[in-house]
Amino acid sequence: MGREIICECGYVNPEGTILCEACGNPLRDDQTKPILTMRYEGGARRSQTYQRTIIDKIWNYFSSVKVGIALIILVLIAMAIGTILPQDNAIPSDDPETYYAKQWGAFGKLYVKLGFDHLYTSWWWIILLGLLGLSITVASIDRFVPLYRALKNQRVTRHERYLRRQRLFGRTQTDRPDEIIAKAKEVLKEKRYRIREENGNLFAEKGRFSRWGPYVNHIGILIVLLAGVLRFVPGMYVNEGVWIPEGEKRLLPGTHGKYYIENHRFVLQTYQKNDKRYQKALDRVGAVPKNFQSNVTLYKAKDSAILGEKPKLVKVKDYKIRVNHPLVYDHYRIYQSDFRTQLYKMKFNMVDKETGKSLGTFAVNLINPKKTYDLGNGYKVILEDYLPDFYFDKSGKPATKSNQPNNPAFVFKMVAPDRPKGDVSFVGIQTNLEPLGKNKYKIAFNNLITRYESGLSVRKDMTVWVAFVGAIIFLIGVAQGMYWNHRRVWLQRVNGELWLAANANKHWQSLKKDLSVLVDKTGLNAPVDQLEQKAFESENGRGLAT
Amino acid sequence: MSALTASRHLLLIAFILYTIGTILFTISVTGKKFRSKEGQQAGRRLGGVAFAVALLGFLSQVGYFFSRWKADGHVPVSNLFEYTTFFSMMMVLAFIIIYLIYKNNSVGIVTLPIAVIIIAYASVFPTDVEPLIPALQSNWLKIHVTTVALGEGILSLSFVAGLVYLIRVIDQSKRSARTFWLEAVLFVLICAVAFSAVSAIFQAQGYHVTFNWVNEKNEKDQLTYHMPAIAGPYEGEKIAKDSDRFGPLFEAPSWMNGKEAPRKLNTVIWSFIGGVILYLLIRLLLLGRRIGWALNRIMQGVNPPLMDEISYRAVAIGFPIFTLGGLVFAAIWAQEAWGRFWGWDPKEVWALITFFFYAAYLHFRLSRGWEGEKSAWLTVIGFIIIMFNLIFVNLVIAGLHSYA
Repeated sequence: MGREIICECGYVNPEGTILCEACGNPLRDDQTKPILTMRYEGGARRSQTYQRTIIDKIWNYFSSVKVGIALIILVLIAMAIGTILPQDNAIPSDDPETYYAKQWGAFGKLYVKLGFDHLYTSWWWIILLGLLGLSITVASIDRFVPLYRALKNQRVTRHERYLRRQRLFGRTQTDRPDEIIAKAKEVLKEKRYRIREENGNLFAEKGRFSRWGPYVNHIGILIVLLAGVLRFVPGMYVNEGVWIPEGEKRLLPGTHGKYYIENHRFVLQTYQKNDKRYQKALDRVGAVPKNFQSNVTLYKAKDSAILGEKPKLVKVKDYKIRVNHPLVYDHYRIYQSDFRTQLYKMKFNMVDKETGKSLGTFAVNLINPKKTYDLGNGYKVILEDYLPDFYFDKSGKPATKSNQPNNPAFVFKMVAPDRPKGDVSFVGIQTNLEPLGKNKYKIAFNNLITRYESGLSVRKDMTVWVAFVGAIIFLIGVAQGMYWNHRRVWLQRVNGELWLAANANKHWQSLKKDLSVLVDKTGLNAPVDQLEQKAFESENGRGLAT
Repeated sequence: MSALTASRHLLLIAFILYTIGTILFTISVTGKKFRSKEGQQAGRRLGGVAFAVALLGFLSQVGYFFSRWKADGHVPVSNLFEYTTFFSMMMVLAFIIIYLIYKNNSVGIVTLPIAVIIIAYASVFPTDVEPLIPALQSNWLKIHVTTVALGEGILSLSFVAGLVYLIRVIDQSKRSARTFWLEAVLFVLICAVAFSAVSAIFQAQGYHVTFNWVNEKNEKDQLTYHMPAIAGPYEGEKIAKDSDRFGPLFEAPSWMNGKEAPRKLNTVIWSFIGGVILYLLIRLLLLGRRIGWALNRIMQGVNPPLMDEISYRAVAIGFPIFTLGGLVFAAIWAQEAWGRFWGWDPKEVWALITFFFYAAYLHFRLSRGWEGEKSAWLTVIGFIIIMFNLIFVNLVIAGLHSYA
């Protein structure tokens, strides 16, 4: 505790107080202006009182509104920079360095070098937001505490100097003060003021809660920032994706083996070309998708006793996942986010090269191929090798890039009654080689069967509600602080006169309206707006035309 | 008559009424300049008439909105034409509310022509009835987009009042940085007029020139300009049929990667040229004096503190509405459609920038006492940010919101 200040009225104020919390008496000699500065009620702000230690200095720095605005502007500029080029999660490549350089040349290179391609996850961005949060917290506490104290401890009877130096002030000579005060009480009560009386003096107050608006909205902002931090807490946030071909069942990633989903069918609908209503637009832009939908069944895995054993699945529900209509279950949300077609089966004929006669047809499942295809009559095809994503590796040998059938290639052995050892043929898309010498038979491409794969994303986000609540608190705070105002009226007996003083934290017009009604009904002299009078005098003094 | 035809007629009527309203408001305010009692009264009466005309225009635009809704089969805010038109409607709505509170004619002189410019700008985009892609098929389209437009409309009104304030208080008797920047703001508004005029002229002629080029996705494609090509596509060539058409004088730089960026760059260049010509013509008519000077004469009767208050009030109301629509509702819908309530998409980022900017405005004003001219300049910057988000982010930066 610092040095306390004891006011004439006997009230003990904390160090740094400008106006006595109880009676409003100006405690500092430098308060010489004709109208009192009423910001934060002249309470003792920590930042204005202590400047000794490092902590004081840090506190003072972050309590400054100037610093707060500077931080807002820095955040603003950083955000704008992040939109000049797409962020790295929005580019169709896993290699930002080459992608940006290729797309945007030297500028793209520089952009990646400075880390702007992942700006919103960079350490300095997080620090910037942290500093903003710190500034909001410190600045709010620094102002809220003294303001709250002063408004809580204010007494009805105020110091004469406090009243005289309010912006709205008037005196009335009267011999019937009781009557006037009683009438004033009635009028102000009707205007929904809260009335307090003491020693025959009157104090009316209205809308004090609007003074808390800024602090409420700052709390809202801090809660939203907190939601951002909570994402990093394990279990609060899941963001995974999975591709499921039609007819398949997959574990939902991110659910710890708890849920499985089966994709029965993917539905793609486009607007009909002959739709009268949209015909013109469709002629201009071509096909427009109408619906992306996956018909799925969600399963829950029963806790299996034996580790490694395939779990028993219990059906939870059927659902049609569409864009804007995710499947919601147990805090998980499963979204329709993408689709693609997958090569599913390839059909071939085994053909006699000389006669061109087909000896039978067979289909190879490209995901899970069979080894042997019996065509009857002693004809048989054996799949010797399968390369789903075929390419020539560095040493020039055939190899596969992945197990996705993007560019399938096969090594077939064709067995016939007259070729019991079999002819070997290498078949790929638009290639047909005979690596071991001349063959009698060949494999001819017949048909390709594709199927859809649904791209589903799995999300769990327990921070949504935190952010939402923060946003609502913020909006309430903004409305509270901006659409209401705090008005106070003092009516006090001083030396046989009645003194009327009034203060509003803003929007003085509404206070003046209240006062004009009060003056009309009580016969008090109308208070003078000392600020306007001052402006009027100084303008006249300078000889300016009004 | 089909709903679509009706909507087109109603929008045209609104457009004409707003133009007439502008003229009437201007006369009503300049009439006051004579300071005689009759002049003032006549001005006030004329201001009432001007307001009635503006109100009729607004009702007609509301009629456009609902008939277009019927024609679309969904709320008509789903492409650039519809959204921009709706935004102008919300701006006029904000003006009507402010007029009813303050009965002030000078705000009308600036609001209505800006509404006219915005409608003209909107009409340059394809106006066909378009079907909704799956991502937009949601009730949140109604809620989110209309709230954003309302918020932005009200915030734009703060710019209008701020602009009137600046026109009124900036000393035009000598050249200064302030007269320069005010003139720059007016020049940009004139460029917007030029954009609409140039587009209308070439569209009426049915002008087009087509290029073979490699588009932003590295695919071979054709690009059709509806204005003569000053800036051609990068390494683009005119198709054989158009080989005798004008231009291009130079090629767009290769790093411009927005959708059909070279065509847009060409349009910007045309707007700029048209703007310069129009601007010089007006200055010629004013015998070389600044447009700010001429407007300053018209606005002599304006009460600056009142404009300052209107401007602040508009921010005080528009800011939370924008926050609700552009951030809160936006986040709820994003959660529903994309599975994340925030994703740093350019449009989202610019909405957040708008939010932070007006937050800074309020801190400057309430804590640091920036009133009057300083805060008026801030509303100009705020309007630039809103326009940037409306125009550039959709047209130039590729992202999830580039529906048009």
